[in-house]
Amino acid sequence: MTYFPEEVVEHIFSFLPLHSDRNTVSLVCRVWYEVERLSRRAVFVGNCYAVRPERLVQRFPNVRTLTVKGKPHFADFNLVPPDWGGYAGPWIDAAARSCMGLEELRMKRMVVLDENLELLARSFPRFKALVLISCEGFSTDGLAAIASHCKLLRELDLQENDVDDHGPRWLSCFPDSCTSLVSLNFACIKGEVNPGALERLVARSPNLRSLRLNRSVSVDTLSKILVRTPNLEDLGTGNLTDESESYLRLSSALEKCKMLRSLSGFWDASPICVPFIYPLCHHLTGLNLSYTPTLDYSDLTKMISRCVKLQRLWVLDCISDKGLQVVASSCKDLQELRVFPSDFYVAGYSVVTEEGLVAISSGCPKLSSLLYFCHQMTNEALITVAKNCPNFIRFRLCILEPKKPDAITNQPLDEGFGAIVRECKGLRRLSISGLLTDKVFMDIGKYGKQLEMLSIAFAGDSDKGMMHVMNGCKNLRKLEIRDSPFSDVALLGNVAKYETMRSLWMSGCNVTLKGCQVLATKMPMLNVEIMNELDESSEMEENHGDPSRVDKLYVYRTTAGARNDAPDFVKIL
Amino acid sequence: METVVGDLMATELRLGLPGTVDDMKAAAPSTPRGKKRTTAADPVDDSAAADDEATKQRDAEAAPPAAKAPVVGWPPVRSYRKSCFQASSKPQSKPATKEEVSTTAAAAPSAAANATAGSSFVKVSMEGAPYLRKVDLRMYKGYRELREALEAMFVSSNNGGGANLSEFAVTYEDKDGDLMLVGDVPFEMFTSTCKKLRIMKRSEATGLGSARQ
Repeated sequence: MTYFPEEVVEHIFSFLPLHSDRNTVSLVCRVWYEVERLSRRAVFVGNCYAVRPERLVQRFPNVRTLTVKGKPHFADFNLVPPDWGGYAGPWIDAAARSCMGLEELRMKRMVVLDENLELLARSFPRFKALVLISCEGFSTDGLAAIASHCKLLRELDLQENDVDDHGPRWLSCFPDSCTSLVSLNFACIKGEVNPGALERLVARSPNLRSLRLNRSVSVDTLSKILVRTPNLEDLGTGNLTDESESYLRLSSALEKCKMLRSLSGFWDASPICVPFIYPLCHHLTGLNLSYTPTLDYSDLTKMISRCVKLQRLWVLDCISDKGLQVVASSCKDLQELRVFPSDFYVAGYSVVTEEGLVAISSGCPKLSSLLYFCHQMTNEALITVAKNCPNFIRFRLCILEPKKPDAITNQPLDEGFGAIVRECKGLRRLSISGLLTDKVFMDIGKYGKQLEMLSIAFAGDSDKGMMHVMNGCKNLRKLEIRDSPFSDVALLGNVAKYETMRSLWMSGCNVTLKGCQVLATKMPMLNVEIMNELDESSEMEENHGDPSRVDKLYVYRTTAGARNDAPDFVKIL
Repeated sequence: METVVGDLMATELRLGLPGTVDDMKAAAPSTPRGKKRTTAADPVDDSAAADDEATKQRDAEAAPPAAKAPVVGWPPVRSYRKSCFQASSKPQSKPATKEEVSTTAAAAPSAAANATAGSSFVKVSMEGAPYLRKVDLRMYKGYRELREALEAMFVSSNNGGGANLSEFAVTYEDKDGDLMLVGDVPFEMFTSTCKKLRIMKRSEATGLGSARQ
C-alpha cells in the first residue's frame, strides 16, 4: 500500500465516511498520516476544550467543514452557570489564519460574538453554510455581517439560539446578487423582519428547499412567499393567527408546493388554520407542533390522522393519551416521537401517561427515537414497550416528578428500564427517571453494550450503581448525572475509563474536593473542573483536602491541558 | 436551615413564572448543600456520619413533592422552549395549576395568577358562523375593546361596512355553567369567571334584559 502514489491513497481514503475510520488510518504510518490530514475535508470536535484550535487547523489545513460543540448538555437546563466558557472566538480566529478553504461551520452550545461572525464573514471566500444550535452571545448585527459578505451563502440555519434583536436590518443585508440560498432558518429570531425584504430574498433564491420563518411573519406574507417556492421541501410557518380569508390565500399557495415534506412553526396557531393544512398532510414525513399550545387534542388529531406517511412527530402533551392512540393508528411509519410538557411545573396538568406510550409502541413498530415527558409510568408499560419496539436507538423518558415510583405497584421502575436495555440491543442513548435503585444500573451495565450516552437524575442507592455503568458500558462516551448518591468511591472506581469517554458530568452528588484532586493527580490527561457557588470559592482555597462536597463536576479528556478562559467560579485541578 | 431557605424561595417576589428559576437564582436553590457546609462549621468527629447525614438531607431535598419549590433545571426542558412559552399564550387557564402556584408564590398572588394564566383563551361561538374562534381575554382592557375585537372577528367578515354587534347579544358561560349577559360585572371579575363566549341573536336573548352597550 505504501508503494501507491499518494493520490491513490488519498482517493482510497475518500471512501471512508466515518471520522473514526479516518482517525484510525492516520495512525498506521507517517505517510498515511500526512495523506490523511491533508485530504481531510470534515472535522468533528465533540468538546471544544479537548484539543487546541491552533493545533487542529495546523493538522487539517484543507478542512472544509468544521463542527464544534461547547458546553455540556446539562447547560440546556441552566445547570451550567453563565460565563462558563465554550467560546467560538478561538476557533474562528484559528481557522481564519490557517484554513482559507473553510466552507461550513457548525456549532452547538457555544458562545458566539458578533465580532466572531464578522471575522467569519470576511475570512473565507468560499463560505457556504453556517449552522448554530443553542448558541448565544450574538445579535442580528452579526447576522447582518454574514448576509453582507458571504457571497456564496447556501445555508443559514439558526436553531434555538438566544439572539439579541437589533432590528430587522439584517435580512436586508443580503445583496441583490445573492441568489444561492438553499436553506434559511431564522425561527429563533425574536423581532420583526421586513416582509418586503423577505419576499424579495425568496424571489431571488430559486434553489430554496428549506425555509423556517419566525413568529413575526404573517399568514399573508407566508402566502406571498410560498407562491415563489414551488420546490420547497421543509417549511416553518410564521404565526397563524390571522382572519379566515388569509387562510384561503395560504391554502392555494400551499397547493403549489408539491415537494413539501416537513412542517414546523405554527406559532400561536389558531384552530382555524387546521383544515387548510389538510391537503399537505398526506405527504408529510416530518411535523413539529411542539411550540403550539393553542391547538388542543381534537385539532391535533384531525391533522395528524391524515399524516399517514409521518416519520417524525414532535408534539405537546396536550395531545393526551387519546391523541397518541390516534397517532398510533394513523402513522405506521413513525420513527421519531417527542412529547414535550405544555406545563413545566412538576405537578402540572399533564395528560400523557404510560397508556399513550404503550399505544404508540404497539401501533408504530418502527419507532427508534423517543423523548417522552409524562406524569406517570409503570413497569408493565415499559416492558410492553420494550417488546413492541426492539429497535430503539434513543430512549429518553422524563417522568415529571423526580423519584416517582410505578404508578400502580409503587415499586421502583428498575424492571421497566431493565427491559428496555435488554430488548433494545442497538440502544445508543438513554435517559432514565422515576424511582430507581442500583438494580437498574446492573441491567444497564450488563445489557447496554452499545450505549454511548446516559443521563441519570435522582436515581440509585449507592456507589455500586455508578460502578455498574462505568464497568459494563463498553461504548460509553458521555455520562451525565445529577442529584444521585454517588461519591468519590464511584468517581475513582475506574479512572482509566475516563480516557475512553468524552466527558462526565456530576452535579448534586456526593463527590468531594479530595476525591476530585485524587482523580486529577491520577489522570493528567483529564481536565477536572469544579464549580461551586461564588461565595464558596474562597472557602475552597483555604480548606485544601477538606471533605467539602463538590457542587458541580465536569471531567473530560483533553490534549490541550487546562484551559485559560475559565471564569473565577471554575477551578481546574 | 434548608426549610427556611425553601420557604423564603417560595415567597420570593419575582417577575418570571413560578417554577422558572433564572440563572442568577440558579445558584441559590442549590445552596442547600452549601448551607450544609456552613452549618457544619463545627468540626464533626466522625466524617462518615456527616456524609450519611448529608446523603439523607440530600435525598430529602432531592425528592421534592409537587407542592414545594421547584427543582433547578427540572423538568429538563431547554430554556429556549420555556422562553417561547412565556412569550406565547396558553389555550385555557388551568385551575389545578393556579392553586399550586398561589401556594408557592403567596406574596404576589395576582402577579402570579397573571403570570401563570399569562393569557386566558376562551372559545367564542357565534350563531350562524361555521366555526368557533378563540380570544384571549387578558388582551383587552375593558368591555369596549373586547366588543371591538369580536366585531372585527365575526361581523366584518360577513357584512360590508358599518359592522357592529347591535343585532346580537354577547353572552358568556361562567364557572358555574350559567349563561350570563356580558357587561354586568367589573371587567376584571368577568375575565376571571368567563369560560366561554356566545354571541346570539337578540331575539334569542329575551329575558336577559337590555344590554348596556
